[in-house]
Amino acid sequence: MTRTIKRANRWFDDRLGASGFVRTALNKVFPDHWSFMLGEIALYSFLLLVLTGIYLTFFFQPSLKEVVYDGAYAPLKGVEMSQAYESTLRLSYEVRAGMVMRQMHHWAAIIFLAAIVVHVGRVFFTGAFRRPRELNWIVGCSLLVLAMANGFAGYSLPDDQLSGTGLRIAYSIALSIPLGGTWVAYLLFGGEFPAESIISRLFVIHVLLLPLAILGLLGVHMAIVWRQKHTQFRGPGKTEDNVVGSRLWPSYALKSVGFFFLVSAVTALLGGLAQVNPIWLYGPFRAADVSAASQPDWYVGWLDGALRLFPGWEIRAFGHTIPAVFFPGVLLPTVSFGLLFGWPFIEARFTKEDVRDHHLLDRPRERPLRTGIGTGVITFYVVLFFAAATDVLATVFDVSVTGLLVAFRVALLCLPPVVAFVTYRLCKEAAALPDEEDAAPVVVRTASGAYVTGHGHQAGNGGDGTPRADGLDEIGSGPRPDAH
Amino acid sequence: MSDTSRDERRTERAIAVALVLSAITALGLAVTYATGGQVQLEGFLLGLSLGTMGWALCAWGKHLLPPGPFVQQRQHPAEADPEQEPVSRLVDEATGEASTLPGGGTDTEGLDAVGRRPFLVKLLVGAAGALGVAALFPIRSLGPDPGRTLFRTSWRKGARLVTEEGRLVRAGELEVGSVLTVFPEGHIGEADAQTLLIRATEDDLRTRPGREDWAPRGQVAYSKVCTHAGCPVGLYQVESRRLLCPCHQSLFDVIDGARPVFGPASRSLPQLALDVDDDGYLIARGDYDEAIGPGFWERP
Repeated sequence: MTRTIKRANRWFDDRLGASGFVRTALNKVFPDHWSFMLGEIALYSFLLLVLTGIYLTFFFQPSLKEVVYDGAYAPLKGVEMSQAYESTLRLSYEVRAGMVMRQMHHWAAIIFLAAIVVHVGRVFFTGAFRRPRELNWIVGCSLLVLAMANGFAGYSLPDDQLSGTGLRIAYSIALSIPLGGTWVAYLLFGGEFPAESIISRLFVIHVLLLPLAILGLLGVHMAIVWRQKHTQFRGPGKTEDNVVGSRLWPSYALKSVGFFFLVSAVTALLGGLAQVNPIWLYGPFRAADVSAASQPDWYVGWLDGALRLFPGWEIRAFGHTIPAVFFPGVLLPTVSFGLLFGWPFIEARFTKEDVRDHHLLDRPRERPLRTGIGTGVITFYVVLFFAAATDVLATVFDVSVTGLLVAFRVALLCLPPVVAFVTYRLCKEAAALPDEEDAAPVVVRTASGAYVTGHGHQAGNGGDGTPRADGLDEIGSGPRPDAH
Repeated sequence: MSDTSRDERRTERAIAVALVLSAITALGLAVTYATGGQVQLEGFLLGLSLGTMGWALCAWGKHLLPPGPFVQQRQHPAEADPEQEPVSRLVDEATGEASTLPGGGTDTEGLDAVGRRPFLVKLLVGAAGALGVAALFPIRSLGPDPGRTLFRTSWRKGARLVTEEGRLVRAGELEVGSVLTVFPEGHIGEADAQTLLIRATEDDLRTRPGREDWAPRGQVAYSKVCTHAGCPVGLYQVESRRLLCPCHQSLFDVIDGARPVFGPASRSLPQLALDVDDDGYLIARGDYDEAIGPGFWERP
């Protein structure tokens, strides 16, 4: 057995000469920290999306052709519906393991987006986007946009009442783009809403175009991480010039693959036990019908909330109209993503710090202004997110929708600055306190067996890249990778 | 026996148990599938199988392998290979910007071999640009010219009102306070033609100038497409006589020309002029006199 493997290795080595690369690859060091796994969750969710998604494509029919339902779900028997809706019902109720696959797919999408958003937050609050990683920040933000777009496209495919309403709103937003809006909407949908071709087009976009783009950018994203090496938090022996952590092989690889299984396990449990997007309750899409509590998936909630909260300003001048949805539907996302993509450059411009590379991460409290701005901005979008549920909240808490909307408008304008300011003050005070890790006494056993008590890494915290005077760098740092 | 090896033994045993459990649940999954399948059970068993496998691998990586930490040096990308030239210099050379090679002297076979034909390079860029523009034209085939389509619906003069089920609507059959979704005959279900027929008392209606005979006996019709984002304005609040859009909670006052009174909508719902034909059925006096639904740039 091992001889066969050895021979195969030799065969490949003779042809590719990859042993040198493989050796460095296997010895590559990755820093350990729980927050570095958020991106991994996103990656693994994407893998799950591809796996479960391929399964679904074997059964789903992206067609708006009308059929009369005659399947296993009794309440809809005899109802006219599109093939898209009918095949979704069929793969849920009649294909064995179909329901679990479909629900896992939907849950994986929800987790995928959540992991990306939290990952972006981690990178933002620790300053991991700074030089030399601006490029990867842009790639990552592009992945966020693509993931959102693909989530929406997938959500729209089953042609149920809820997703049809979402498409109707998306069409209206496309219409509102100045100058070319009607053309954009007509080219995208293939005519006036609800155009015949939209579902088949969304299908190609959802299963081919966007996944391919995501896959490509994921490759770039990880290649850049690989090339630039991962950032790390400050700590004993950690400097701007090294990486301290686990080697890719064996421990990091094993933990990482194990983590993939754990992410899959959570998705499988949710897919089997927690109902998600029960389209049979919404019914097939009819242009003249609408259900109360129409809400998108969570990651589009902020847009829906913005559409609800923005006042009805429709500007008419010179024979043209700037539609009311333009401001919350086009301008707000453009500005939001513009600021997100541009943040590393905006910050570098104001702090004038990007003249050198940064490999050691900030603690959020060390950057009160950035952290304050971050929490303020998050508050803004969280308020928008909850505003997307005003009708549900009004029903649950028995208050008037109008009063609630006014309250949300006030909260949208007042809460972010308050949260930003409080965060800023808290960071300032926390930063003024003595550093726990630095102040904690450390007992070190010397080579001769004696014990010495010292105070953390006050002698030189390594953060400035200078070697430590006491030579503690070598302790616990294990064998150099190239020694193996 | 030392503590470490006892700990390791314990971990080994735990991992073994987890892997066995993973295998058993995987078999359970197979049995569930073979016996007809059951969603909750499938999810539970699959989750358990994957979870125990994941835990086993993580524990193995964390407890049974050299813990580190290991140290690796970083290098600035440009310094990683001292032999390596910056890409910017290569580009300069290829485009003929750098007149001399690092080694000194010029080399006709060097990177600037292409850049030495500036006229051809310019032509190449031009041709590639033209090809790029030509490649964009097929996009035009994706959809029809919007033209005036957004200003029109299927309502015509004399078109009879029908319900979603295809039943003609007789004048006066609707009781005061009721509401009905109607379409022009022959166009049931059309997204832009959907219209709400509401019966109010004639005295209540605050009729707009020029619309005096649009609502025979208090039967008033408005476009059902919200002027905000295009959702059907589906909820009629009988007591306040207001229409609520369930998507973004715009409120329209039915009595006052479907004027938006709250929420993000800014325009009234367009009103459809109604009449009664000789057979006593409700008919339209023509198409809407303005574009229905959400705004767009070409709308005056």
